[in-house]
Amino acid sequence: MTFGRTDTSVIGRWWWTVDRWTIAALFSLIGIGILLTMAASPAVADRIGAESFHFIRRQFIFLIPALAAMTAVSLMSPRQVRRLGVIGFAGSTVLLLAVLFLGPEVKGATRWISFGGLSIQPSEFAKPTFAVVAAWMFAESRLNPGFPGKAVATALFGLTALLLLLQPDVGQTLIVAAIWGTQFFLAGLPMVLVVLLGLLGLAGGIGAYFTFGHVQSRVDRFLDPGAGDAYQVMTALNAFKNGGIFGRGPGEGRVKMVLPDAHTDFILAVAGEEFGIALCLVVVALFAFIVLRGFSRLMKEENLFVVLASAGLLVQFGLQAIINMASTLRLMPTKGMTLPFISYGGSSMLALALGMGMVLALTRKRYGTEGLDQ
Amino acid sequence: MSLFAPKPRLPGVHAGEDLQNGPAALRLDGVRMRALESGRSRLIATAVGFFVAFAVIGVRMIDVAVLDANPARPRDLPQARTDGLEMERADITDRNGIILATSLPTVSLYARANEVLDAGEAATKLVSVLPDLDPADVRARLAGGRPFVYLRRNLTPRQQYDVNALGIPGLYFEKGERRVYPHGPLAAHIVGMTDIDNKGIAGIERRFDQGLRSSQQPLRLAVDIRVQTVVRNELQRAVETFRAVGATGMVMDAATGEMLAMVSLPDYDPNDPPAGQAEALFNRATKGAYEMGSTFKLFNTAMALESGRVNIGSSFDATKPLKYGNHEIHDDHAQNRWLNVSEILIHSSNIGSARMAMEAGVEFQRSFLGRMGMLSTPTLELPEIGAPLVPKPWREINAITIAFGHGLSVTPLQLVSGVAALVNGGLFRPATLLPHPEGEEIPGERVVKARTSAQVRQLMRMVVTEGTGKKAEVPGYEVGGKTGTAEKAVNGSYRKKAVLSSFVAAFPMDAPRYVVLVMIDEPQATKETYGFITAGWTAAPATGRIVAQVAPLMGLMPKAVPAPASMARTPTAHGSRDVAAVE
Repeated sequence: MTFGRTDTSVIGRWWWTVDRWTIAALFSLIGIGILLTMAASPAVADRIGAESFHFIRRQFIFLIPALAAMTAVSLMSPRQVRRLGVIGFAGSTVLLLAVLFLGPEVKGATRWISFGGLSIQPSEFAKPTFAVVAAWMFAESRLNPGFPGKAVATALFGLTALLLLLQPDVGQTLIVAAIWGTQFFLAGLPMVLVVLLGLLGLAGGIGAYFTFGHVQSRVDRFLDPGAGDAYQVMTALNAFKNGGIFGRGPGEGRVKMVLPDAHTDFILAVAGEEFGIALCLVVVALFAFIVLRGFSRLMKEENLFVVLASAGLLVQFGLQAIINMASTLRLMPTKGMTLPFISYGGSSMLALALGMGMVLALTRKRYGTEGLDQ
Repeated sequence: MSLFAPKPRLPGVHAGEDLQNGPAALRLDGVRMRALESGRSRLIATAVGFFVAFAVIGVRMIDVAVLDANPARPRDLPQARTDGLEMERADITDRNGIILATSLPTVSLYARANEVLDAGEAATKLVSVLPDLDPADVRARLAGGRPFVYLRRNLTPRQQYDVNALGIPGLYFEKGERRVYPHGPLAAHIVGMTDIDNKGIAGIERRFDQGLRSSQQPLRLAVDIRVQTVVRNELQRAVETFRAVGATGMVMDAATGEMLAMVSLPDYDPNDPPAGQAEALFNRATKGAYEMGSTFKLFNTAMALESGRVNIGSSFDATKPLKYGNHEIHDDHAQNRWLNVSEILIHSSNIGSARMAMEAGVEFQRSFLGRMGMLSTPTLELPEIGAPLVPKPWREINAITIAFGHGLSVTPLQLVSGVAALVNGGLFRPATLLPHPEGEEIPGERVVKARTSAQVRQLMRMVVTEGTGKKAEVPGYEVGGKTGTAEKAVNGSYRKKAVLSSFVAAFPMDAPRYVVLVMIDEPQATKETYGFITAGWTAAPATGRIVAQVAPLMGLMPKAVPAPASMARTPTAHGSRDVAAVE
């Protein structure tokens, strides 16, 4: 696919301004995700009595709109991204409220809401849209000192966090808190307050430990594996060990036969066993590349909103990957978190495509006011 | 709240919109510059944080997958447990841990009849879900007014559910357990059985009743269920082929006395034992005492060699029947010539055997057989043990008949133990059903010299290669043995057509590992045996088939067999064996 430098059509301009390296990395991740879903999910599907290709088929069905959404969003100008963020955040908040009353309880939490047979998880969409809205508020307050942007952003964070904790969904709360904290930090929070906020975060973590039984049990099990059932993580670690450097070969893995979440939270263990840490290291490198590449592009950016929004979205993306991989590798207590673009999950895939589409849109090369004034 | 403190508003600076107002907005004013400056340095800090996190994950991956030889494991790996059920009675297993007897939890239905409101209605309902109950009997029990009366033992969970669903007051369930024998009749005479109250009443179950009750550890026996299966199958086949009334067979480890298999047919299913004093409950292998016939000549030969008065080259007159008082001793396969010691055994000469016994002396014979365990009740971990029938007084005529296996009845167990001592180098070790620890030397009592043992082994091998036991040969395993066809004494006289045909064997003959006994009670001739009912045609082939199956199971490699001339015509080992047998 080539476009002439002089091509000034929408697509032509997009091609020469968008970060093609990031796109390549994203498509690689999605490709690996398809491979691993095909490796891991038939065993899970068979176990729950579904047809073997149930998850694979559904993942493909979600993949097409997800790719379309990512591409479409990446064509947007920063201003359009901001509008999309505001509308999306408002919609997500309504759905987050609705899910508390209408959502069915699955495994002790109400996270899903159903629209005519299509189940979606509003919290997935709340994260990227919150990043955009909060970025706008922080940037506005910084540049326009009369505007109470920080207060608004903090209030929106409080609202979102409350709605998520009511589900309860501590993991997503953590991500939203990280987005808010990072943006606040980048927007020039005084260092004293950074330390204070850090302590507050610590207090929040300890509070979660004593408030939510499942958080407590997971932390306890992390600190003392003998105390309780650390079965999933131990099985995952053995899978990595089994796989070694180049893995046992496709289809030769055993971990997928026993782990209930082999196709979602523990998909990396399947990768480690069947394809070895060689593939796992490629996955880590791709995540690191996308995040750090995004940050490096922001260094040249002159628009504070763009910096904050992109940073927030990248933090969400990167942190989700880090939490998933660290849980699987027993570097931290298990936290139910999907591996972006790789784990099975329709809502997660769509929302991440939306978020990364926004990052691509925001990190396009712009000259002067281009793209911001449409 | 300094955090949200209002700052003086600068005109024309709005995030996201600041660049839309034409060229003026291109100027970076001080506020924006500062904001972006601090933002950039903090962006670097955040990026470094992410880089470190990803690096740690990468290193940890390598650590887990490649460097760490032992990934952290929970102290107790959660596993499905089957041993959690605390049972009143321990399991019984074979030497490889295969369960021979185990206990299952069950419930029994009982009634407190004094609480039953309407006995007639309750009985009708109960019989509708438990149709094997007798309505009249149930009604009588329920109407009896007794505070505790059993209605039915060992309900299935489904039956328990059905009875519960009836909602009849006064009915209760009692938790209990039931003994289950997964192999059915296969090892019935060894394992035995329990009564309805789970009390051992036969076999190991009775002998170790206390131990099984007080322990949760399974009781491991020396028996190998695979060998047991082979022996039972072959005996069953022999009983059917020869329309015999019964059979018994044993496989013993020649070096330790461990019983690998012990079968007595007819047998029974301990899960559903026959009522009363059925013949199937009788263990021929340990309780029945029989006149063994010619297999006893092995002991006679060893005794003669041990006496010092006879050596392997000595010859005896077998030209005509031996007269002693008004008895006359004949040979079945009469050679009517002088025979040496090996010929006497190979042709199974009664006359020669009797003369050898007379040469050794009555007293020597009695003390020798006493040392071989033939005159006292054998020891084995079973309650069903029979005593030998020893003649009193033991005169010369007794010595003459005992020489060829008549006039002294011993149990098959004694015969096997004695032959084991003869072939293993001369050490007698009591038979046992309990396994010896692996690799431990079992002390034995020396009963014959090692040289005598070697000579007996040679003679037993010759019986199979040249004598009456050809049909027991298994190429490569060097089977040796001795046939015995004893007429059964019924009402004081011997019946020609009712015989006990037996074959006692050991293999491989250069260093015997196992002793095998097959004994068929009253085989009837078939067309295939050309009318013969002698052991060479009945018990010997069965023994051969047992050896052929057991030897590979026990890991014995066959030795290379020199190809006989007939191999060219009939290239299979099986074919050559048939040819040899028909000759």
